[in-house]
Amino acid sequence: MNKLREAFTKNKKTVIGFMTAGDPTFEASVQNILALAEGGADIIEIGIPFSDPIAEGAIIQQANVRALKNGMTTKRIFELVQRVREKIDTPICLITYLNPVFKYGYDRFFEDCAKSGVDGIFVPDMPYEERPEAADYAKKHGITIIPLIAPAAPERIKAIAESANDEAYIYVASAMSEAGLTEQSKQELKAVIDEAKKYTDVPTAVWFGIHTPKEAKRVAEIADGVIVESIAVELVTKHGEKAAPYIAEFIEQMKTALS
Amino acid sequence: MSTGRYGDFGGQYVPETLMSELINLEKAYEHYKNDPDFNRELTQLFNEYAGRPSLLYYAEKMTKDLGGAKIYFKREDLNHTGSHKINNVLGQALLAKKMGKTRIIAETGAGQHGVASATAAALLGLECEVFMGEEDTIRQALNVYRMELLGAKVNAVTSGTKTLKDAVNEAMTDWCKRTHDTLYVLGSAVGPHPFPMIVRDFQSVISREARAQILEAEGKLPTAVMACVGGGSNSIGMFTCFVEDKDVRLIGCEAAGRGVHTGETAATIATGSTGVFHGMKSLFCQDEFGQIAPVYSISAGLDYPGIGPEHAHLYTSGRAEYVPVTDDEAVDAFEYIARTEGIICAIESAHAVAHIMKLAPTLSKDDIIVCCLSGRGDKDVAAIARYRGVNLHE
Repeated sequence: MNKLREAFTKNKKTVIGFMTAGDPTFEASVQNILALAEGGADIIEIGIPFSDPIAEGAIIQQANVRALKNGMTTKRIFELVQRVREKIDTPICLITYLNPVFKYGYDRFFEDCAKSGVDGIFVPDMPYEERPEAADYAKKHGITIIPLIAPAAPERIKAIAESANDEAYIYVASAMSEAGLTEQSKQELKAVIDEAKKYTDVPTAVWFGIHTPKEAKRVAEIADGVIVESIAVELVTKHGEKAAPYIAEFIEQMKTALS
Repeated sequence: MSTGRYGDFGGQYVPETLMSELINLEKAYEHYKNDPDFNRELTQLFNEYAGRPSLLYYAEKMTKDLGGAKIYFKREDLNHTGSHKINNVLGQALLAKKMGKTRIIAETGAGQHGVASATAAALLGLECEVFMGEEDTIRQALNVYRMELLGAKVNAVTSGTKTLKDAVNEAMTDWCKRTHDTLYVLGSAVGPHPFPMIVRDFQSVISREARAQILEAEGKLPTAVMACVGGGSNSIGMFTCFVEDKDVRLIGCEAAGRGVHTGETAATIATGSTGVFHGMKSLFCQDEFGQIAPVYSISAGLDYPGIGPEHAHLYTSGRAEYVPVTDDEAVDAFEYIARTEGIICAIESAHAVAHIMKLAPTLSKDDIIVCCLSGRGDKDVAAIARYRGVNLHE
């Protein structure tokens, strides 16, 4: 079984931690990622910085800018993963826009993923229809591609859910609102998850700008896992190269809230 | 693979949160494009509001002065709001209304598409918000005020290079959050399917008219058809009805900025490579790791690191040619056409005029060039003065 899927079977509710690679520096982000593991993250997501991260809010956009300014490249991502792998066994998923993967070359990218110890990849701008061009290469090197489901017509949710059966887990998202996780957005997410569960047993994690342990808890009522992104990155914005202990503490709080 | 492909290019590389809305848009468009009422209303807007058909003007003085091919201009600069952008905007705003949307959003570089969107929104009773790079709000301050006069809200975008690409980023992000009442009226022939197709279809009125007009005037097809290319909306509109005429050369003129070897350029065909960005697979200015390059051109409307997917296909398949034109050449052409023909054209269009100045003398008197004059240049006068070191006290 893929290590990412294992994380869901081991835990009642899976906490997915996130860091942008190279933010604010290569060394500091190694420490921050280790801090995610130390705090108890069940899965670690590492973002490959991109010049134009359109699906992200301002906080993560700034992290992308910082990382690129400090010389982060796709090649160095794999060095970073190797460094982290020397210390921890937590499953790792890369999150990236498609262009850095495409430009690196699909075969070479997934080969380097496998060599460095990456377990999966999530590409927000590669919807269901565009997945085939990368899927065979990912499969060849044993890397799972995490699909995303959002509010859509039932036949679309069915198609994506069924295509997810071989993958580790599914992200579920809806349009982020300024108001945070309202009851309406929670119900919207729940409806999508209920629909998807008709067609697959693959665990679901919610991708929705979670800010507090309380919000995480509410999301956990409807999904198997939660990704905490922007709030962890905010700690880097605030504490710069000294963010690691704060990150560990924060993830611990999230873990406690969900156990 | 998704629909909306031009050879290897095109597609729909967007977050899943946008996919359903793109599917809705495509369905609505496929329905209305064949709807007689929709087409009647659009034609009425074109003819009675935007001032179509636009003139095909024989530039006799330029023809004599350059001493080669006969030169014709398709005068999109004479449209209401002063550019070709109104063609697409009227189509998309009408579509938005039919779809039951109450709000449109738009990106803009030079401000032409923003002004056109604000205009259509005012006319059709839609709310309008325009995203414009902060850098461009300074370069094109007059257009910002024009949009506000028309009742639109202008958001200055401060992320990234603060130009057109960042305006597209922000508009897409805004749309992701609010699809229920909003249509993103994309102004260029870029983005995820169905946008490149919709923009092309609405802009193809340019070549539909021009082809008939040149046959009427000359009794034969032109040797070459030309237009400036940023994302590629006026050029795809100018090319479309000539694509099947295999003997007609299609020439796109892209912005080379300070030169294609300087790094301060926006010439995608000359310096770019295949990538995936802004929802499409196409050609982009980017580094070896796929980071999008910070491009540069004197023209805010051509200051974009990519090109529409259909252009990428026309180029790689060999059907169309693309040439780089520098800031210096464009400014010279801007002044030349003003003095020679009494036409102050947009600095974007001046890129195509610059190439006419090179090409026409190499052709014979039997040859004909038809060039799209995509916009008028009032908006650029202050910037050209600055470029020439003239201090205007406005």
